[in-house]
Amino acid sequence: MIQTLAFYLFAIMVCLSGLLTITARNPVHSVLWLILAFFNAAGLMLLLGAEFIAMLLVIVYVGAVAVLFLFVVMMLDIDFSELRAGVARYAIFGFALAAAMAVEIVVAVGAWEAGPIQTAGRAAPTPDPAAVPNIQALGTLLYTKYLFVFEGAGLVLLVAMIGAIVLTHRNRGGVRKQNIAYQNRRRPQDATRMTNPPVGQGVEL
Amino acid sequence: MDYVSSFALSLPEEILSAGAIVLMLVVAWAGDKSARVIGYVSVALLAAAAVALIGAPTSGAVGYAGAFHADTFAGFAKLLIYVSSAVAILIAPGFFETDNEPLRAEYSVLILLAAVGMGMMVSAADLLTLYVGLELNSLASYVLASFLRRDSRSAESGLKYFVLGALASGILLYGISLLYGFSGGTGFATVAQAFHGTTHGDPAYYGLLFGLVFVLAGLAFKIAAVPFHMWTPDVYEGAPTPVTAFFASAPKVAAMALTTRVAISAMGPATHDWQQIVIFCALASTILGGVAAIGQTNIKRLLAYSSINNVGFILFGLVPGTAEGASSVLFYLTIYIAMTLGSLICVLQMRTKDGLPTEQIASLAGLSRTRPGLAAAFAIFMFSLAGIPPLFGFWGKWEVFSALVAAGFWPLALIGIATSVIGAFYYLKIVKTIYFDEPAVELAPSRSLIEGVLIAIAALFVSPLGYLLIPAIELGTNAAAKSLF
Repeated sequence: MIQTLAFYLFAIMVCLSGLLTITARNPVHSVLWLILAFFNAAGLMLLLGAEFIAMLLVIVYVGAVAVLFLFVVMMLDIDFSELRAGVARYAIFGFALAAAMAVEIVVAVGAWEAGPIQTAGRAAPTPDPAAVPNIQALGTLLYTKYLFVFEGAGLVLLVAMIGAIVLTHRNRGGVRKQNIAYQNRRRPQDATRMTNPPVGQGVEL
Repeated sequence: MDYVSSFALSLPEEILSAGAIVLMLVVAWAGDKSARVIGYVSVALLAAAAVALIGAPTSGAVGYAGAFHADTFAGFAKLLIYVSSAVAILIAPGFFETDNEPLRAEYSVLILLAAVGMGMMVSAADLLTLYVGLELNSLASYVLASFLRRDSRSAESGLKYFVLGALASGILLYGISLLYGFSGGTGFATVAQAFHGTTHGDPAYYGLLFGLVFVLAGLAFKIAAVPFHMWTPDVYEGAPTPVTAFFASAPKVAAMALTTRVAISAMGPATHDWQQIVIFCALASTILGGVAAIGQTNIKRLLAYSSINNVGFILFGLVPGTAEGASSVLFYLTIYIAMTLGSLICVLQMRTKDGLPTEQIASLAGLSRTRPGLAAAFAIFMFSLAGIPPLFGFWGKWEVFSALVAAGFWPLALIGIATSVIGAFYYLKIVKTIYFDEPAVELAPSRSLIEGVLIAIAALFVSPLGYLLIPAIELGTNAAAKSLF
């Protein structure tokens, strides 16, 4: 009962926020609605028992992709009303795409009814989801069977990091860097000087 | 196979990656002043990795649950990769110092990490290892291509390489996903079994066939075979010369060895299907590499077309899909890296009086009168690349074509020999410029002892003296090719 309620809650929220994503006038609002859609989709995944994909949706889509969208939308000066001005010109093209997609959906459903293509059996069958949570199943696979490839992927990320720094980091002169030890060592007598000038004469700096 | 013994199989990769990470930390504190020392330590690490190849890493065992194949074939290719990576590290400081932009110490570290990736490529026994190794090598290469920050050509070459490389990776991954879907596994053995189990007319066979075509297209991009060669001249021209030397040698060996392994051990039962693709790429590469090079005025662009041309000849060795063919591929690669590294180090010597590097072929005019030693070395490399008999480059072509003829492909061998004549034209044109033209630009004398020694070694290797090494090299290539079957 609670699952059914949760499903309809999440599903309605996904549809609604999806609709609002494309209808919102302000692009920043669109991205925020998109984030809400991602969150609710993650909830749907949880209901399916795919907690790993749920976490991935939140971490990758909400945490990285959507925030990136937000940055792009806020940084680029895109005039959306100008973009919308061409709607009539591209309408035929848009309808053609929509028609193609509709045909594809029909074909896909037909093919699905006919049964899957005969591919060979799976080499790594999924363990029973009731016995092993799928995060654990993925972890076991990554750290045993695919250990070598996993470590290699780690090196790929390291290279990407080194590359980004090598290509963009510049040593600029005249930058005042923070040196905490030096700053803490400094005493009032190093920084200030007491003078007692006679009246009428200035201070020599 | 348990994990302790798997670790022993990939010892060279472990030495290189641990070394690279430690050196990265050293660089973080010592800064770019340490670039030279880091370079020497990196060369020592590559030497250590080469020594570590003896024993378990060439025992022929498969480790990491079927992801890593530690056989003689991988060992031989890794040896070539480590040697050319070491050369690319050694020639770098001289180039960058004359260019007012001191070498940054990350250069050697990136080359070490690229070498790890190339090791994974040649040892791959699984499509996933293949892809991760290829990406590791490619990412390091993209960064290296744009290493010369104040030169906009270098940035352009890095960007071009990155965008086209990403496209090629996409094509490759699409092929891998098809092979996985229709064979049920990513291991080469599983894919081969799936090819074996299906026949023409089977729907699954066409799925596998599409996968094969896409995987080969992705790999053809990496080895720069026509029609996936467009990036090569621009990237080779824009990248700093030591990086060009690296691109033309080590990654080419890795990608070529990888293609050979994929074709033979994963797609062996479909030899007739990939043969047509390889024959087309080989013919197109030799012809286009020969014809397009004729109009070039920039020596690095010319050498890029020359590498396309040579890749064509190497692919001829792959056509029969026999042990003899695979052995000739490795043999040609051995000679090819000596010729191409030698000629690019010669290009490195081309500096005008005020120390600026020049890449115009015209500035080579009359080199024989100003720098007779360099001119002789240049001429040796050009004659050898053209495959003119007394030089060692001829023997590589001989091995390839005799493998073709032995497998009954003699019309193809005849066409191949005819196309090598086109290539000979522009190589000889450079020799003519060096020896018979009036001196145009006076080049500055060489300053680096290491570069001189490397040129001398490469020139001696491709000179007729190299023939003395044939038994030793053939011992290696034959053992390596045998381990594939």
